[in-house]
Amino acid sequence: MVVLEVSPISTEELWSSVSDHRVLGHLPDQGISLLSAQFGRVASSRKSLGVSKRLPLYNDGSHCSLGPSMLQKCFGTRPQICVNVRDALNQAMDEELERDERVFLLGEEVAQYDGAYKVSRGLWKKYGDKRIIDTPITEMGFAGIAVGAAFAGLRPICEFMTWNFSMQAIDQVINSAAKTYYMSAGAQPVPIVFRGPNGSSAGVAAQHSQCFAAWYGHCPGLKVVSPWNSEDARGLLKAAIRDDNPVVFLENELMYGVPFDLSEDVMQKDFVIPIGKAKVERRGTHITLVSHSRCVGFCLDAASVLAKEGVECEVVNLRTIRPLDVDTIEASVMKTGHLVTVEGGWPQYGVGAEICARVMEGPAFNYLDAPAVRVTGVDIPMPYAKILEDHSVPQIKDIIFSVKKVLNM
Amino acid sequence: MPSPFNLIEGDRQQKGGEKRSETAGRWQHDSMQKMLTIISNVLRGSASRHGAQVVSEAASMVASSRSYADFTPEATFDIKKVDLHRLEEGPPLTATLTREEGLKYYRTMQTIRRMELKADQLYKQKIIRGFCHLYDGQEACAVGIEGGITLSDHLITAYRAHGYTLTRGGTVREIMAELTGRRGGIAKGKGGSMHMYTKNFYGGNGIVGAQVPLGAGVALACKYLGNDQLCVSLYGDGAANQGQIFETYNMSSLWKLPIIFICENNQYGMGTSVERSSASTEYYKRGDYIPGLRVDGMDVLCVREATKFAADHCRSGKGPILMELQTYRYHGHSMSDPGVSYRTREEIQEVRSKSDPISMLKDRMLSNNMASIEELKEIDIAVRKEIEDAAQFATTDPEPPLDDLCSHIFANDQPFEVRAATPWTKLTSTS
Repeated sequence: MVVLEVSPISTEELWSSVSDHRVLGHLPDQGISLLSAQFGRVASSRKSLGVSKRLPLYNDGSHCSLGPSMLQKCFGTRPQICVNVRDALNQAMDEELERDERVFLLGEEVAQYDGAYKVSRGLWKKYGDKRIIDTPITEMGFAGIAVGAAFAGLRPICEFMTWNFSMQAIDQVINSAAKTYYMSAGAQPVPIVFRGPNGSSAGVAAQHSQCFAAWYGHCPGLKVVSPWNSEDARGLLKAAIRDDNPVVFLENELMYGVPFDLSEDVMQKDFVIPIGKAKVERRGTHITLVSHSRCVGFCLDAASVLAKEGVECEVVNLRTIRPLDVDTIEASVMKTGHLVTVEGGWPQYGVGAEICARVMEGPAFNYLDAPAVRVTGVDIPMPYAKILEDHSVPQIKDIIFSVKKVLNM
Repeated sequence: MPSPFNLIEGDRQQKGGEKRSETAGRWQHDSMQKMLTIISNVLRGSASRHGAQVVSEAASMVASSRSYADFTPEATFDIKKVDLHRLEEGPPLTATLTREEGLKYYRTMQTIRRMELKADQLYKQKIIRGFCHLYDGQEACAVGIEGGITLSDHLITAYRAHGYTLTRGGTVREIMAELTGRRGGIAKGKGGSMHMYTKNFYGGNGIVGAQVPLGAGVALACKYLGNDQLCVSLYGDGAANQGQIFETYNMSSLWKLPIIFICENNQYGMGTSVERSSASTEYYKRGDYIPGLRVDGMDVLCVREATKFAADHCRSGKGPILMELQTYRYHGHSMSDPGVSYRTREEIQEVRSKSDPISMLKDRMLSNNMASIEELKEIDIAVRKEIEDAAQFATTDPEPPLDDLCSHIFANDQPFEVRAATPWTKLTSTS
């Protein structure tokens, strides 16, 4: 590791900044990140404070705990902007609508209502009826219309109010969108994005809580992405809209309001995250946690708790369900020798099941010191009562418990 | 079983007495016709004209380049009145046909007919496999519709799509090679019977009814891009009850999309007759608030005039319109259906003898001296040859290379690895 010259600051200054930080997004990937490269010792040597000279940063600085002003002071980096996931999606759509006239949004309540979850707030005011289209409650019909528009050269964003309603239209997503490029031997591309909130919410009960990652992730011809934080949301949605293929974009309602700090680089208009690449959110040595969407946050929380007991978890944020970034998963498992997958969806034939099967079939199997294990939603329709609902989804304690079991602690 | 075409027959009988009607003085016309042809042949002294080789090579050119004074260049025909729904006026009651148009329609319909019959043959020889839904009997629909729009307009249909693939610019060779699953097929063997595409033709769709909202999406794009084009979206009597079609009626009307809905009512949805599947068999009215026309789908001129009328309606910004074409398929639903368990052979025979679209056009042209029997025979021979050549190609062209197995999953993408049947096999997908 390289220690750069940093402007000398006192440890108090540093620690005071750390203690009242908000959750920050990570800095953009530059190989070894700016922070980690410099991560070494704090300039100060005040042992009397009794604090470790090491900053509480993860090895590659992927999850920064320094406030923006401190970053500025220490390392001269530019300030970060706090954006929640909803706004990140909104801004991404706004910028892509502006960039390409063929892009348009249709769905229930996307225009005058500003979006059922306000994700499309302000877009109708700015772009008007032609480009932001309110549809009647007819998923099969409007999904088909969206796909047809894509056939004819437009670039629709088709919103499902939640992915549960996509079942009404699933034939159009699979048979009309996903398979057409193949059936036509490349004559007919389908540049469409289907997006909407996926998975469990809070108190919406069984018919409104299903996770469709496994269902759509099963089908060739589709790309399926599942962002976790604001940077994911922004970069992946831009990538999806610019992709010439059908993309299933699985958001999460409970993440919409969660803020993250985004660097200026992320806020660039051409910032895209490649579809099909996972991100290591936290480096670790003892065990690999692979997750997507909201559960990534739970994994990071579990990792913080486990770190106090000396267990260093490596947390992999899939970002994309299909194509699955098996290389990143394998590299991690080959390093740590242990694997736990974490997802909100049901266990049978799920995302975790696929990851475990791939690890079995690949080189990483030989590095496993224990069987790979899945943490999933409970295999039941989602109940309503809060106490029941809380016990239907994976909790942080379930992740910690599984890690300890796998590590034989 | 009563003929499904009572309407058609009844009306045709009423037409007698008009000057250019095909029923009046027909046998006289025929003999006159033959005499004239013989005389003109002698005068031209082209005795070798009947040589098969010359004929087959030059038939189409010969047929169209003839401008003999004795052929009528253009004639106007009375066509059946169209039933209207929510329309004050409909298409005209007469249609003008030029000699060129007539020969073109004749040739195209005959090509579809022979192509489908050849497909039947190849299927029975097991050279074509899987699904094969044949269009013979319905030729006037595909040809008439194309006569009312242009190739820059758009069209989408369901799985009985070979005829449309042809009228939309595909060649018989590539269609047949697709049916036999060869690399020279219009979809390189990846699609098969139900998944053929050409420019502004979006298939070929296997899921009943799904093509209708897709067609509305294409129409939305036309309106969005402001290009004055429209989309023809076809479905059958079986599909007409699909919910998504009603969803599409709603959105198309709300947004005034330039779409022509066309219900090809061939009386049977697979093995279920219209009376057994639909509470209302007046499919042209099923669009409710959408204006509708019920048209004789066995008369290419009727279909053409109705399509022109509908296209004008759309292009003037009035929004969608619905046409029901009353037509008939001679084959069963598909090659696995003999087609006689739910209807009688007599019925099929009756339609063939009284309402065949090709015969109808042929009779019209001959009785109005717009073409000679020999000329039409030459076209038949040329068509047969074209089909034979295409079938030859379709049976000898090699199958697609195995490299194609994983190609065309994604457009404009980097190559990526595809999971094969076992973890050890490495397959790559290219765009």
